[in-house]
Amino acid sequence: MPAGYLPFFLFLVLAILFPLATLIVAKLIRPSAPLPVKREAYECGIPAASTSRGRYAVRFYIIAILFVIFDVETVFLFPWAVHYKALGWFGVAEVAVFLAILVVGYLWAYKKGALEWV
Amino acid sequence: MSGYYTSADHFALLPALMLVLFGSAILLLEFLMPKGPARTRWLVGFTLLGLASAAIALLRQHQALSAPGSRIVAFSGSFTIDSFSLYFDWLFLAAAAIVTLISYRYLEIEGEHRAEYYGLILLACSGMFFLASGADLITMFLGLELMALSFYVLVGFLKRERRSNEAAIKYFLLGSFSSSLLAYGFSLLYGLSGSTNLEEIRRAIFTRGSLDAITALAMATILAGVLFKVSAAPFHMWAPDAYAGAPTAVTAYLSVASQAASFALLLRLFNGPLSPLDQEWRPLVAGVAVATLVIGNFAALTQENVKRLIAYSSVSHAGYLLLGLVAGNTTGLRGIAVYLAIYMFANLGVLMVLIAIRTRTSGMLEEDLSDLNGLGARHPLYAAAMLVFLLSLAGIPPTGGFLGKYYIFLSLLETGHAVLAVIAALYVAVSLYYYFRIVRGMYMTQGEPGPLASSIGMNVAVAISGVATLLLGLFPEPFLRFAAGALVR
Amino acid sequence: MHPVTLYHYVALSAILLVIGVFGVLTRRNLVVILMSIEIILNAVNINLVTFSRHYQHVTGQVFAIFIIAVAVAEAAVGLGILIALFRNQETVQADEVNLLKW
Repeated sequence: MPAGYLPFFLFLVLAILFPLATLIVAKLIRPSAPLPVKREAYECGIPAASTSRGRYAVRFYIIAILFVIFDVETVFLFPWAVHYKALGWFGVAEVAVFLAILVVGYLWAYKKGALEWV
Repeated sequence: MSGYYTSADHFALLPALMLVLFGSAILLLEFLMPKGPARTRWLVGFTLLGLASAAIALLRQHQALSAPGSRIVAFSGSFTIDSFSLYFDWLFLAAAAIVTLISYRYLEIEGEHRAEYYGLILLACSGMFFLASGADLITMFLGLELMALSFYVLVGFLKRERRSNEAAIKYFLLGSFSSSLLAYGFSLLYGLSGSTNLEEIRRAIFTRGSLDAITALAMATILAGVLFKVSAAPFHMWAPDAYAGAPTAVTAYLSVASQAASFALLLRLFNGPLSPLDQEWRPLVAGVAVATLVIGNFAALTQENVKRLIAYSSVSHAGYLLLGLVAGNTTGLRGIAVYLAIYMFANLGVLMVLIAIRTRTSGMLEEDLSDLNGLGARHPLYAAAMLVFLLSLAGIPPTGGFLGKYYIFLSLLETGHAVLAVIAALYVAVSLYYYFRIVRGMYMTQGEPGPLASSIGMNVAVAISGVATLLLGLFPEPFLRFAAGALVR
Repeated sequence: MHPVTLYHYVALSAILLVIGVFGVLTRRNLVVILMSIEIILNAVNINLVTFSRHYQHVTGQVFAIFIIAVAVAEAAVGLGILIALFRNQETVQADEVNLLKW
């Protein structure tokens, strides 16, 4: 076992024990009052409309997919941002080309109505 | 700062660049045109224009590389244009052009005529260009993924058809699984050599000499990933489902272009960085090739669906192609190049005849063998073309197919793999049975009466493929010279 | 006592590879299979970044960035296909996807 990692393992053990201990202590000292309303999904205090395991509309998935794609594409901007000065105008041009391709994708998604909430 | 993107880089990249440009632009073009038959013709025309401009750029590369053995190295050694890449690029372009021609009618029937289809065809083709020219792990992986991602969507393009959905999900899961295995192998190769350049990796593995655990794991994952891509047994399971469920025009593109691109990847890897390990992988590949021949040919015997039959026949062709790699000498590699081109025209031909006889009104959706019954009487020209394509796939002399098999068998005999040559020849006899089931249906069985409607684009495509298949068999000389140059390294 | 070396990272990535392959081969839920594939790609990234640090050059990190982008593109395409399948068929279980012989 690497010596420098002793604090890390202590922390790991602690991190496992603490929630376990809290749960057990809470179980021992709290009053038991099982009401059906307690098992309902929490929806801002109003009566729950459905279970928490229900299905989401497909819309959410499409928005999520689009978000993830455009989000991760920014990963290519970071190396450019870090070396902005050294890359100079060539870097700007290259990023412009990259963004132009993204804009084509964005325009396409927009025109197809993928960004509208129906 | 022109040092980052030199004119040599631009010259090397131009064909692929053209495809990406047109592939992206066509997505926007759709919005500029009003809906209607005029728009669909514009889309087809624009796609062909994109392919033509890529062909012009490719032709200029061809002229620049007229000296044998010359090459253009671009992007600090990660992209190579040599006779190998040129040969494959021409194959990909020809396949994409023919598929575009036959797609028009197919998409019309299905009512799914949309710009994305053509955009994806162009983008997949540019991915193949990167695969054929890649001299660097990153370039090759990105090319592979550009091709594969386009194909996942194309296979599922008929999104209202359950069979198309299923084919897409199966192809997607197994395809991305194999890509991830390949990526794992690539990461280990990078770890072994400290470089992603194929030539430097080859040197590092060569100096390393022996096969240790990491090298073995790298070789195993890469082998598994690539064998998935070329649908070799035991990794062929996706092929019949993907081929049968995909739109038939996509099946044609998948079975020839994707297959050829995967073989380009295979040759680049196994004749490049992994060539010092050939003692280890050669027996493995030989075993896989024989298993592929057995499974492909025997499974094809009992198929009732033409597309599934063609899928299994493609699996068996992958077996023959792998045997060329097992031999590994100049004849074998030339055999692979020749075989791929001939197989391309024949397989495209079979599938385009299937599209030609397909009509919505007769409710022919399953492509059963019986759909071809009586074709000899209904449309003698299509039936004759189909006969030529099937003879070529089986490898019967006057057609081109004989030439490909001849070179593969010859290379096996030259390198002392006589047993493998005998096994391969025996399976040619097995394959005759299922190809002739189709022929018997066409000429000796009564089908639905009445002639077939035909379209101009379809007839042009059938004619090109039929003539190419015959010419390659009758006058192979110019083509063989071209293919011979393809493998000088 | 040993510090954490190259081999520990490679071993970690090999374990992730095995978990991913096991998941792909045994799980029946299509989304879980997709997640298993993502685990393999993460194993690849660990390898690449480790070797990149070992050799003290950035090639591996660049490769890792590309793999991340490709993994996202794959996930997007995969989920898109899954949504199309679900709309027609109301299932994401591999053994209920059976119109074609598997």
